[in-house]
This record gives sequence, structure tokens and C-alpha cells, in this order.
Amino acid sequence: MITKRIIPCLDVKDGRVVKGVNFLGLADVSSPVKLAEYYSQCGADELVFYDITASAEGRALFTDILKQVAERVFIPLTVGGGINTLEDFDRVLKCGADKVSVNSGAIRNPGLIPAAAERYGSQCVVISADVKRVDGEFRVFAKGGREDTGMEAVNWIARCVDCGAGEVVLNSIDTDGVKGGFDLEMLDAVCRVVNVPVIASGGAGNIQHFIDLFKALDKVDAGLAASIFHFGEVQIPDLKRELRKNDINVRL
Amino acid sequence: MIAIIDYGVGNLFSLAHSVKTVGGDAVVTGDAQAILSADHVLLPGVGAFGDAARKLRQTGLDAVVKKAAARGTPIMGICLGMQLLLDRSYEFGQHEGLGLIPGEVRPISEVIPADLKIPHIGWNALIDVKPHPIFASVKPGDCVYFVHSYYGAKCGDAVIANAEYGAPLTAAVARGNVAGCQFHPEKSGDVGLGILKSFINWNGEA
Repeated sequence: MITKRIIPCLDVKDGRVVKGVNFLGLADVSSPVKLAEYYSQCGADELVFYDITASAEGRALFTDILKQVAERVFIPLTVGGGINTLEDFDRVLKCGADKVSVNSGAIRNPGLIPAAAERYGSQCVVISADVKRVDGEFRVFAKGGREDTGMEAVNWIARCVDCGAGEVVLNSIDTDGVKGGFDLEMLDAVCRVVNVPVIASGGAGNIQHFIDLFKALDKVDAGLAASIFHFGEVQIPDLKRELRKNDINVRL
Repeated sequence: MIAIIDYGVGNLFSLAHSVKTVGGDAVVTGDAQAILSADHVLLPGVGAFGDAARKLRQTGLDAVVKKAAARGTPIMGICLGMQLLLDRSYEFGQHEGLGLIPGEVRPISEVIPADLKIPHIGWNALIDVKPHPIFASVKPGDCVYFVHSYYGAKCGDAVIANAEYGAPLTAAVARGNVAGCQFHPEKSGDVGLGILKSFINWNGEA
């Protein structure tokens, strides 16, 4: 049976990994290439690279870095950040990305997901949604979680899947950074309406949170996190061993 | 030289680099002479069967692959490339395949329980693994990366591995000097690199 995936997320700015990385035994901890190799060796099932660069120069550096990663790391690579057009899809896919994650680009342009799915296939198109509770409903936020779009999130995600998104990354703004566990309620609401893989993001603080996630929600396919992996608070080999001990099927 | 056949579908960046990583002299090419002079041939592919089969015919590379197969060159299809090796496909209509390995391509929805997600996407263990040179380094429980909504049905004794997804799905096939993987060895970490290395060291004898 298919295994549950563990996915580290790396934010890249001007060709370097940001958001704090603190590794023992890694000389250059902000090199995306070194970190990607490290995570791949640790048993990460997939890597997500998020380009948070604003400038054209930074964007060119990012694709250059992506190429270097794809030349050396042979696990699936997902790329997000600044994906607004089919040309953006093309740019990162040519550099070795396997999947492309869209967020604000899909909010601004509802035609982006169907067009990308038609050209590259649904398996290549990931909808990444930043969601927060507002007035008793789940709302989609844009621009890195800064702007309330006013759109109800569960229906919006379902529509994105209907028009071609092959995977959902659900990032709960409410639990992100709190390290109190994943947002099980929000994840459950989304899992009920979509039949594509759902990746949980936001809130993981320790190994138990991943166990709770997969035990509570059978339909969640993967857990994504950033800083707890980068700071070594959770080591992926330990995490996977503990998941296996708890009868959760993982790749060891 | 390892020829990776370029017939205008999909991105061959990772496959070329993974072959180089295991010591293969990988060349991405659509040139008939280059393919026929290669020591090994890889047939990749993503997207829909009908579209890929048409492109392979339009470029004349279908005949080239068959010729290389008849000469005894070790050939391996990957993902849709594996499916193209079979007799026919029922993905959006009916399409003829290369017929190098018996079997037909059918939707996985016909055999898996309705509550399972489609595509079959992610890391899954190889099971029912038969001894074959391309699996020389594969150990029980090894996982590989799959992305597919159709599978090789009626492949009979050409099946050399399965994956369990509510039903056993064909993971790899082989007949003589021709083999195919439904999964992506170039995205399957060390296990996948091991399979690619075994392939480029294979002399084509089963």
C-alpha cells in the first residue's frame, strides 16, 4: 500500500535557504543543494522549494539552483512561489521540477489551473492554499497569508481540484508556527470533499503531531514542515521509525 | 552510450542526470542512427498514451525501437514508456502499442476499490519481485515512486513485479531484452538509481 510521505519545505531567497537552518555536520547550511542532498539521504520522500524572491535576478538564481538540485537529488521535487503563468510552469519544469504549486496565482487567475493541467497533466499541478478561520468559516488568504480574499476555502479548494489540480497542500494559518499540532479540523473538512492527495502543513512541533495526524485522518497523504526539520527538532529517520512503530506505513 | 529517446513528450532532465550519476553515458536523442548504435535504450514518457504513440509514429521512432529490440539491444520503458511497449491501450479510445511485451493498458479504476484515490501516486513497495537482472540490487520491501492512472493488464508471465494498491498493479514487465517499469526509477532515490545501474550493466539476457 502507498506510504505516507514526509516532506521538508525549503524557502529560498536569492539562491539561499532562509528561515533559519541549524544543522550539525553541514558546512554550508544555507545551500539549497547541500540541504536537498542531506534531506534526501535522511529519507525525505519529496522536497518542496518555495521561491520567496521578488526580483528577476533572484528568480534566475532560483532556477539555476533548482537545476543543480535536480541533477543530484533523485526524489520528487515540487516548486512553488511566483507561479502566475504557464511560462512560469515551463520555466521550473525545464529545470527539473516534477510538480508546480500555485497559490496566489490561482486566486488572481482562475484559468491558470485548468490551462496548466491540460498542458502538463493534473499530476503536475498542486494547489497550495493558505487558510484561516474568519467569522466561523474557513477563508482563503492570498499574498503569503496577508490578504483575506473573502472566499470560503473548502469550496474553493474543491473547485480547484475539479478543474485540474492533482494535489492539495493545506496550510493552516491558525496553527502555523504555533507547534501545537496540525489543524485536524480544517484538514478533515478538505479531505471530505476532494479525492486527490492532501498534504498537511502548519503546526507540526514534534513527532507525536505526525502520529496524531495520520492516526486521525486516514485520507491525509503527507505531512509537510519546515523549521522543525531545519533546526533538527525532529529528525526524519527518528520520525519515520516512530510512525512505523505506530503502524503507519512509511518508506524506511 | 545510453540513448534516452526524445520524441517530444516530457522532461528528460532528471532521467539523463540519474543515468549519468550511475556512470552511464546518457544521450538524449531523437536520431535513429544514434539510437540504433546505442548499447542501451531508454524509452521515457509522460502524458496520454494516444498522444505519445502518435508522436512516436510521426517521428518514425516506433520502427527504430522495434529494430533495436530485434537486434537484441537492452531496452527499458519508463512509466508511459513501459505502457507503450505493450500491445494496445484503452486510454481515451483504443490505440496500438509497440507490441514488444504482451499486455494492454487499462484504467486502474477497473480493479481498485472505489474509495482509493486516482492516480496511484507516491512511494509504494515492490512486491512479487521475480529474479531479473534489472532487479539485482532490489531488496524485499524496497519502495519506488509511482504516478499513474492506467496500468499494464493481461501481461501474464511478463510481469516481474507488482505494487499493492487495493489490488496488485503491474510495476514492472520484461520479455527477452525488453523491460519496462511503471514507476519512475529516476525519482525513486537509491533504489531507483540501483535499478538504472543494473539496467545499464544488463547484456539483454533474461
